[in-house]
Amino acid sequence: MITVENLSKLYDTTTVVDGVSLAIERNSITAIVGTSGSGKSTLLRMINRLVEPSSGRVLIDGQDTRAEPAYLLRRRIGYVIQGNGLFPHRTVAENIATVPRLLRWDARRIASRVRELLEVFQLDPARYAEALPHQLSGGQQQRVGVARALAAEPGVLLMDEPFGALDPIIRDKAQEDLLAIQARFGTTVVVVTHDMEEAFRLADRVAVMSAGKVLQYDTPAVLLRQPADPFVSRLTGLADRAMRLLSLVTAGEAALPGAAEGPTVAASVSLREVLSQLLWCGAQSARVVDERGVVCGRLTVEAILARGRP
Amino acid sequence: MSRAPRASTLLRFAALALLVAFLVTPQSFAPLFAPLTQYGAPPIYDQGNLLTLALAQLGTVCLAAAASTVVAVGLGILVTRASGAQFLPLSRTLVNIGQTFPPVAVLAVAVPLVGFGEKPTLIALFAYGLLPIFENTLVGLRTCPPAVLEAASGMGMSAPQRLFSVELPLAMPLILEGMRLSLVINVGTATIGSTVAAKGLGEVIIAGLLSSNTAFILQGGLLTGLMAILLYDALAALEHRLMRSVSPE
Amino acid sequence: MSASVLSGARPLWAGVRRVDALGTVLVAAGAAALLLLPFVVFKANRIVPGEGRALSEVLPAWGALGCEAALALAAVAALWISAARLRLACALLAVVAVSLAAAAAGDALTPPGNVVVRIAPGAAFWVLMVCLGLLATDATTRLRPGPALRVLFLAATLAVAGLALRYGLFDHLSVMREYAVNATRFAREVQQHLKLAFGSLGAAVLVGLPLGVLCHRVPGLRPGVLGTLNVIQTIPAIALFGILMAPLGALAAAVPLADRLGIRGIGAAPAVVALFLYSLLPIVANTVAGLKRVSRAAVEAAHGMGMTDWQVLTGVELLLALPVILTGIRVVLVQNIGMVTVAALIGGGGLGAFVFQGIGQTAIDLVLLGAIPIVTLAFTSALTLDALVEVMDRVKAENP
Repeated sequence: MITVENLSKLYDTTTVVDGVSLAIERNSITAIVGTSGSGKSTLLRMINRLVEPSSGRVLIDGQDTRAEPAYLLRRRIGYVIQGNGLFPHRTVAENIATVPRLLRWDARRIASRVRELLEVFQLDPARYAEALPHQLSGGQQQRVGVARALAAEPGVLLMDEPFGALDPIIRDKAQEDLLAIQARFGTTVVVVTHDMEEAFRLADRVAVMSAGKVLQYDTPAVLLRQPADPFVSRLTGLADRAMRLLSLVTAGEAALPGAAEGPTVAASVSLREVLSQLLWCGAQSARVVDERGVVCGRLTVEAILARGRP
Repeated sequence: MSRAPRASTLLRFAALALLVAFLVTPQSFAPLFAPLTQYGAPPIYDQGNLLTLALAQLGTVCLAAAASTVVAVGLGILVTRASGAQFLPLSRTLVNIGQTFPPVAVLAVAVPLVGFGEKPTLIALFAYGLLPIFENTLVGLRTCPPAVLEAASGMGMSAPQRLFSVELPLAMPLILEGMRLSLVINVGTATIGSTVAAKGLGEVIIAGLLSSNTAFILQGGLLTGLMAILLYDALAALEHRLMRSVSPE
Repeated sequence: MSASVLSGARPLWAGVRRVDALGTVLVAAGAAALLLLPFVVFKANRIVPGEGRALSEVLPAWGALGCEAALALAAVAALWISAARLRLACALLAVVAVSLAAAAAGDALTPPGNVVVRIAPGAAFWVLMVCLGLLATDATTRLRPGPALRVLFLAATLAVAGLALRYGLFDHLSVMREYAVNATRFAREVQQHLKLAFGSLGAAVLVGLPLGVLCHRVPGLRPGVLGTLNVIQTIPAIALFGILMAPLGALAAAVPLADRLGIRGIGAAPAVVALFLYSLLPIVANTVAGLKRVSRAAVEAAHGMGMTDWQVLTGVELLLALPVILTGIRVVLVQNIGMVTVAALIGGGGLGAFVFQGIGQTAIDLVLLGAIPIVTLAFTSALTLDALVEVMDRVKAENP
């Protein structure tokens, strides 16, 4: 649980973050979105005190973050930045071991943790542990960056435009990985992005920022259905918000009981994809099957369209 | 931001004025140096005209620099053409080795070969001045963006046209920087050239050392120092100017 | 690499064995020198003008023939052999042969028991050595040896040369005659030379490194500090020595303790201070450049993971900047070794003492007694530190 209370940051006379309050649930993913200069990065960096707030405070599990020196605080919080920031002079294993070493874990524990993380991130330890960062592809470097942030089992992971430098296909994979890893470790993730699509895909709740203020902090569905502000509705995409709503719901969640004709779709895909598929083959309904291949319901075009209304 | 250059310009003019005043009317500075002398030794150098010495040193330095520029740039062009490419690795190694030779050693070895006077100084200045210019010419010519070269050839420029209207102008700032480095080293070496009887302001310092006259040593040091700094500064300004005319940004 | 480029450029020649262009120049110069210039110079004593002797005049027939055979082999290698290893081997063999010939000439021309005659290597010897040196350098450059191999090669060369000197191989040559006369002083001046060069380097690192870090952290300081240091660098050494002599002399006169500590207007003190001032620019500038090269993301990530300021500076920033900083140290060391020479003019001692004494007496042998060790020292330091930089910069080395 991260509680941000009335947090502000002033540089000289310009207010970068202006009285922001947020309550971030444990084990959730929260996205902070906004245009560049909206103060979203500064807000994130005030959580691990890379930027010291001018006023207000941040509590993590009820404890004020100013209760201990900033560098000790940061060792408990994972941090991932755009362009990964790997240490070019250290091997992949050494990079991942950075915080555990700072925390003086014993060597055996560090080695096994590094191994575990490399495997989780699909990097063969025999091949990559002793490699230097520049020998890795962009996507691999990014994964090492996330692995490094998670090395000391932090309860909180802060990510600042973590996938900004990746090309679309690798970015898609990285987002998928992040969801899987968050589910596995149960980390509380706060991610800053300017990409609304990314925010909707990853986040349980989204905070929309503009000019240092949080305009709206809600679930993606609420942001789309009831935007608090013209700016929010513009940012969330006025024109295709119906389609975006559809992409928030999976076929499994929306499936109606009963048997059906038509193509078979997996329960895990979004309604948007199901609709697209139905349009493509001109069918009116689809059969929804779970991962074992058992039919768990049906979906009709009307039912899907109903989900896209406010 | 705008105050800093103004202050440095002021300083520059003050230094130039001081140098010129000292060279033209050295005796007016006598009271300043008198406390440094002992047993009634002259406070201002009296075995030669300071202005003549300064001009002689400047002449030697510029002559040597002109010669080394011509040769070094010529060699640099030669080894970067396809026909001279096999000399390239060797010439780069030679530049690296050459720079570990102290200029004084070059000067010292030249004396027994050609005798005392201007000649060994000129030889040492020429030989040592080659290195920075050659090195910078090489770097300048070899780091021309390949796309620009290809565009030049693609537009139908002949090899010499490409060299003179594209490659050399692009390499010019670096070549000028090389000339500046070599001039600075040359002024220093020329000062030491006074130990082998070359005419120059170093003579004042040497005379001071020989007769334990601190006033001579100090004024010699100040004058050579001023001259070196002003020369360096003037070249840097020239470089800056040319840079702007080559690339308007 | 250049060979393949060339053969690609001239397909007509591909089948024919090509004559090496560099080899042609070197062989022509070497042959002309051997025929036209004296191999050694004989002087009845140190002062009188010498007379030149050709190689065949000074050696027994088999000796001259052996030396000429080695030179011919090197010539063949230079002209027609393109394998770099073979070229290098032939060049080194010829270097040994020419050196032995010079040593033998010294032995042959010196009447027994005579310590007055001077036999100096002549112009042909030097031209041959330069040509062979170029041949060897070219071959080494093409072989691209790694840093460890280069240092090993240097050490082996120095060891061989040292052993030859130690066992008196060249004792009858004029430079060694000068050495014999000045042996104890030589050791002292070498020590003094190294003390001045390394002492001022050490002081400059102690001051320059923190100053560089400060300039990096406070960008406002940068133009002022670097500008000032730049101006100092342009002042000729002897002028700076002169300028420093006055205040240091005054300090010695005013503070007896300073005088007792050796801080005087004349001698080592102004030299050390001047060298220290010269050394600051490369070290500060390279520290700043090195720190600037460190990726901001890496530094930000280091802070973000909870490293303390000190840990970020020493564990990430300085470590990553180290190759650039070491390059600065290399520049300073080579520069200092050269500049200490000038310190002899103000009584600072060092090998420059021989150089200037030699200039004063028009005794080239004495000049060489100072100059050869200076160049050797500078060259050795440059090569060793270059190798070290290459090893340190493993990121760059593996990803050129």
